[in-house]
Amino acid sequence: MGELLHTLIQRPNFVVFVILFLWGIYIMAAHPNLVKKLIGLYIVQTSAIFFLVAFSAKDGATVPVILEGMAAVDPVGYANPLPHVLTVTAIVVQVATLGVSLALVSAIYRKFGSLDEDEILEQLK
Amino acid sequence: MIHPHDSVLVRTLGHIVIPIAQLFGIYVLVFGQYGPGGGFVGGVIIASSLIMAILVFGIDSADSVTARKILHADGLGLLIFAGVGGLCLIGGGQFLNYSFLNIPGLDEASQHYIGILLTQVGVAMDVAVTGVSIAVSLSFEEDEIAEDGGNNG
Amino acid sequence: MTIEIPLLVLLVVTAGGAILVKDLISAVFILGSYSFVLALVWALLGAVDVAFVEAVVGAGLATVFFLLTLFRTTAKARIIRRPPAPWAAIVGLPLLGLLLLYGAGDLPEFGDPTAPANTHISPVYLENSVADTRTPNAVTSVLMDYRSFDTFIETMVIFSAGISCVLIMRNNSK
Repeated sequence: MGELLHTLIQRPNFVVFVILFLWGIYIMAAHPNLVKKLIGLYIVQTSAIFFLVAFSAKDGATVPVILEGMAAVDPVGYANPLPHVLTVTAIVVQVATLGVSLALVSAIYRKFGSLDEDEILEQLK
Repeated sequence: MIHPHDSVLVRTLGHIVIPIAQLFGIYVLVFGQYGPGGGFVGGVIIASSLIMAILVFGIDSADSVTARKILHADGLGLLIFAGVGGLCLIGGGQFLNYSFLNIPGLDEASQHYIGILLTQVGVAMDVAVTGVSIAVSLSFEEDEIAEDGGNNG
Repeated sequence: MTIEIPLLVLLVVTAGGAILVKDLISAVFILGSYSFVLALVWALLGAVDVAFVEAVVGAGLATVFFLLTLFRTTAKARIIRRPPAPWAAIVGLPLLGLLLLYGAGDLPEFGDPTAPANTHISPVYLENSVADTRTPNAVTSVLMDYRSFDTFIETMVIFSAGISCVLIMRNNSK
């Protein structure tokens, strides 16, 4: 138990990731408002991307931009660029899917007049 | 229907801030290889400046004509990206292998450089047009279907 | 390390603020500030490209999309009521959290240069980026040259998202 606490204190990024991820899933499951579910989805996506970036950082390393020209490069001094690549595309795809989900919510509101899931299910019966 | 903003302060500041934002977007796109930046961020900044033009000046005004005309170029960015890959195929290699671009007078590293620059321009155009298109679709009203038939024409 | 802990606490506090507020438009604005604090944390971890994209997208595009949708609704639809929470979520999610935290013992140390995520192929990309492509920015050269297929497919996904948004909003008014 003591060493589990010690590993958690060494990794504060992981603890924050777990808190945000589970809270976002709880919002998506518990709230009946449609736009609130989308806010929860946004928090889940950003927390997963935060975990990707968190393990690419190195102690005492700098930004992955190589300024020395053609001289020999020591990879220990630069942060890992591969998770950054996955992250950049993931963020832009996240905003595009947010646009499509908001278009669907807007179409539902125009047809049923309400953003509340229980009222919409009542009208569908 | 998005009307022009009432306040003259907002419209005057819009005339100043929007060109600066577009210039910054093009700067970030072109210098993406020497510092942070690149195609995705440049496209999103240009999309933000065009959405700001629509929100400040209204959708039918003469000052937001670039935002309306750019919606006709939907898909051009993807065509540029695939076109660069096709040029590599024509040059004799695999799809998107920039060593086979065959531009006369350049060595292999410079051919990779030109390939990266062209694909970044393609990605930026695609992201910018998609951003403006989603914003215009979300503010679409039902009674505009008769007068706005040329939006995708 | 000393400046990172207050920023992480601020991150959780702004996320909590966006969740617990009763009005939807206020929640959207607090979500914008959550995006900003997240971009600060990433800039501190050395990921400047990612921080750039998150700052522009979180404050620029996501907030604008939410507000354009919410301005079409009446004020009555925007107040949130709180129903009783489902018991499966209250019991199951903390158990999942404990399981994830227990699994943290097997992860390599964060910030270790000899961790498996930092050793196999990414030193090759860092060493050969300037020689192969004359591009000092390693993230751009990996994104557009070494892994250009992934970027091509992601661009197709973004394009089809734009097209489907137009189709959804047009189809409703026929």
